[in-house]
Formats: sequence, C-alpha cells, structure tokens
Amino acid sequence: MQVQSYFSSLDNLDGELATLNLGPTHPATHGIFQNVLKMDGERIHSAEPTIGYIHRAFEKLAEHRPYNQVTPITDRLNYCSSPINNMGWHMTVEKLIGCELPKRAQYMRVIIMELSRIADHLVCNAVIGVDTGALTGFTYMFQERERIYEMFEEVCGSRLTTNIGRIGGMERDFTPAFHAKLKDFLKSFPARFEEFNSLLERNRIFMDRCIGAGPIAGERALEYGFTGPNLRAAGVDYDIRVMTPYSSYDDFDFIIPIGTQGDTYDRFMVRQEEIRQSLKIIHQAYDNLPAGNYHADVPDFYLPEKPDVYTKMEALIYHFKVVMGETPVPKGEVYHCVEGGNGELGFYLVSDGGRQPFRLHFRRPCFIYYQAYPEMIKGSMLSDAILTMSSMNVIAGELDA
Amino acid sequence: MQLDNSTLLAAIENRFPGAILSHSEPYGMLTMETTSEVIIDLLRFVKEDPAIQANFLTSLCGMHYPEQDGKEMGVVYHLHSFRNNFRFRVKIFFPIDAPHVPSATTLWPAANWMERQEYDFFGIIFEGHPDLRRILNVDDMDVFPMRKEYRLEDGTRTDKDDRFFGRQGHEGRTFD
Repeated sequence: MQVQSYFSSLDNLDGELATLNLGPTHPATHGIFQNVLKMDGERIHSAEPTIGYIHRAFEKLAEHRPYNQVTPITDRLNYCSSPINNMGWHMTVEKLIGCELPKRAQYMRVIIMELSRIADHLVCNAVIGVDTGALTGFTYMFQERERIYEMFEEVCGSRLTTNIGRIGGMERDFTPAFHAKLKDFLKSFPARFEEFNSLLERNRIFMDRCIGAGPIAGERALEYGFTGPNLRAAGVDYDIRVMTPYSSYDDFDFIIPIGTQGDTYDRFMVRQEEIRQSLKIIHQAYDNLPAGNYHADVPDFYLPEKPDVYTKMEALIYHFKVVMGETPVPKGEVYHCVEGGNGELGFYLVSDGGRQPFRLHFRRPCFIYYQAYPEMIKGSMLSDAILTMSSMNVIAGELDA
Repeated sequence: MQLDNSTLLAAIENRFPGAILSHSEPYGMLTMETTSEVIIDLLRFVKEDPAIQANFLTSLCGMHYPEQDGKEMGVVYHLHSFRNNFRFRVKIFFPIDAPHVPSATTLWPAANWMERQEYDFFGIIFEGHPDLRRILNVDDMDVFPMRKEYRLEDGTRTDKDDRFFGRQGHEGRTFD
C-alpha cells in the first residue's frame, strides 16, 4: 500500500503534527477506549491506545467464587455473544470434572452458540455499515437480533447477559415457544439477511470505503495473535470448531470462509458468510436434534429439580451442596477454548481442589489483537481508522475484562 | 512425522539437555517446567523448528503460589502449532523477590500487551519489554492485585471459610 511508506520520511509532513484524543467516550468508537492520535492534517501519524476504562478484575473475582458463580462473569466479557462465553466456561469445568454431555445437550448448545454468533456478527457488520454512512441496514438487522434475544429469553430468561445453561448441560429443555420462534426465524431470516447483504455487498460507496482500509497480512496477523474472523479475513483458515471440535461440531457440515487482503471489506465478507454457515449448522443441529436428556447426570454440580428438593432427601442434600459450593473438585489444570464471536476465547483453569478456582485466566481474543490497531491505521485517514476499529469487532467488556 | 507429547519432549530435551525440570500431561496437554534462563531460547526453538512450528502464542499468564519457597511466582505460556494442530504449555517459576523474566516480545508482538497485563496484575518484570507499563489498572496503583495476599472481600467474613465445610484450604492461602 502506498500509505505504508507515507511517513517513512518526515519530508512528507504537510504541517505540524496535531494531537487528537479519540475517546475515551466518543460515539464513533462504540465503547470506552481512548486513542491518542498524532495527526498530520487528516492522516494518522501514530496512535497510542489506552484501555482499561471498564476493567472489573474478572480474574481476581473468579478466584473468590464457586464455579457456578463464575458464569455471570463470563457474560460480561464479549457481551454481544454471551452464550458462547457461558458455554465455553461450562465446557472448561466439564473437562476438569470429566463430565460427558448427552448428544441432545450438545446439539442444544450448538444451536444457542450459533444463534449468538449470528447476533454478534450482525451487530458488527451492521455497525460497519453505519460507519460508512448506511444506517438503514443497521435498523433492519437490529430487529433480527431482537428476535434472537427473544429466543434466548425463552431458554434462560434473560437477553444480553444470559448466564445460559449450567455446568453439566442446559438449565431446561427448549420450550414450545422457543421451537416456534426458532422455526419462524429460520424461515424468514435468510431473506431479510440477503436484503441487508444486497444493500452493502456490491454497493460502490461501501466498497470504496472498505476495500484497502486497515489491512493486515496473514503472517503479521498470526504474530499479533489474531484469531476468529479477523484472522480468517487475512487468509488463515483457523477455526477452533474444526481444528479441535467441541460440543459435537464435528457432526456438522460447514465451510470456513476466508479472505485474502485482511482489510475491512474482507472482514465484513467473512462475517457475512459465517452467518450463512451458522444458519446451516443450526438447520443441521435442529433437524437432527437427538432425543434424550438435556443435561448430564452430575448431581454434584447440576441442581436437582425443584419439586424433588422439597420431597426427596438426596435432592435436598445435593441442592444444598451445589448452592453452598461444597462439592469436591479434582485438582488439576485445564485449558479449553471455543470459537467466540471474535476469536479464540480460552479459559485456563487451575484448581487446587478448593471450591473456587485457584487461578482462572481468560484468553480474551480482542485484547490480544487490538494491539495491532496502531499499526493497521498508521498512515490512513481518520475516518478509515474509525471504520477499521468497528470492523475488528473490539468489545470493550472483553478488552478490559 | 506426527507430533505428539513424547516426540516433542524428546526434541526439546535433545536440544536443551537438562533444561526441562519436570513435565506432566494434565488432561492430555504436555506441560513442561523450565527456567527463565532458557525460556526464550526454548520458545524460539519450538517456534522455528520445522518439525514443531509452534508459531502461535495462545496466551501468557502469571501465577502466584505463596507456599512454594523460592518459586512463588510463575509464568505459563500456552503454545499452539497450527501446522500440527498441537498445543502444549511451558512454565517457569522464580522467586517473588526477583520477579525478572526475559520478554517474549522479541518473538511475538502479541506478547506485548499480554506481558503488560501480567506486570499489571502480578508485578512480573519482563526484561527487554519495549513499554512495560500498567495496562488495565490505573498508573498510580501501588499494589499488584492478583497476588494472593490481597483479599477481595471483607476479611472478617467467616461464612465462606473452608474449615466450616470439612475441607482444608490451600496451604498459605487465605479464603475470604
């Protein structure tokens, strides 16, 4: 790119460098983070990101909570796709305690996780549209996201910070209303999504704004620890759902879309295609939803049915032990990762046999790849920097933990 | 050649005789303990060796074991070879009085913020880091909050004391 060498010599500077504070609270940054930019006119000479404005010490908090109480913390990482975080955490604990889930529970998880991936990508791509000046698609897609949230509400009672599922399976089976809503969604969503797609994909203005904005090469992206759609847009087909399948992802047939340039347009296109692939996975999982139980038989971790608690001694004991965090947990250390909305979300859990994790480290994808941002926007226009940031799907909750 | 735990361990021990202090395979993942003297050479070797190609630094995190005398602090590296689809973990430990570790930023720029975070949380000094400042907490904070001596909740709370549930807590660890 010609911009890469733009500042190789200071002779190119038009005037004096101006310092510009982009953020911490700026409507265009979609979150609380600050970038101190050195500007030459409208071109960015250098950027210095400052993060941590909503740091809530999740890793410390997790050391003081029983395992089931860590789940609400994970909600608040990438809050655009909380169910993936919740289930990633549940799977980590299940790996530690050696719990195998029934197929039905695994398929139910896949359906929920892919729905949340769609919700996550819809927000991100709709916002890319907004930042290029196209608000209409955003308003359409937020209606669709609303329908996904209504489905989450059917499954767990909440919408954004879902706390969905439990260690050992799902909290309850899919309700009739969920089935109706999911069927309706699968029927009507593709057409509306393709309408949104047709507004942007071949739109001249949109293409001119996105192509070449904030590019990164595949090699460089790997060095910077990129994962998820951002890495795939740079041409590396790394997807944890395929590399190390969890929750029965190996049962489903889907492709991993990749880009070539690693620019904003490729990131947009990769996410668009991933939404279609997620739909394909949901179809396969829903059509083949196995009969059986929606949770594993792990009374030490999974709360018993409430009526049983009132009438059966065993159930009452287990209820007490689960609620009081009085369950023996094996000692050991385990790393588990899932394909989150924006990359590899990893949990490194060290257990000393106590009721709380001895140490829980979150591998937060956007914290790791956001450090490439100054390099990606160097020499570009300010408006392209805004666009690049929204196309990277940086979520402040996950960034700051 | 298919990379597995034993071939990788043999390759590293062959290249760095005596550098692997101990190893285990918790939940199937090879975990090796080495020293901060050889860690960067070891990471460079596994990154660049054509048979291993552990090209991806998945994560880097600090640890604090107050009861391990002389090895209170630690850093755990999670590495991933995309070519072989193989993950493993390397640990180093060092005393809390001299928490110095060579920086991995020379190998991966991704280590930059990871190391800043662990400095921020644990006070681990990464030698050679280009910009070792706090990242998530405020700049004028004077403690390293993830160390075990800092309690989160009110220290007078007794309802969560492990002793009342018939279990001994971690040695040297204070429960709230």
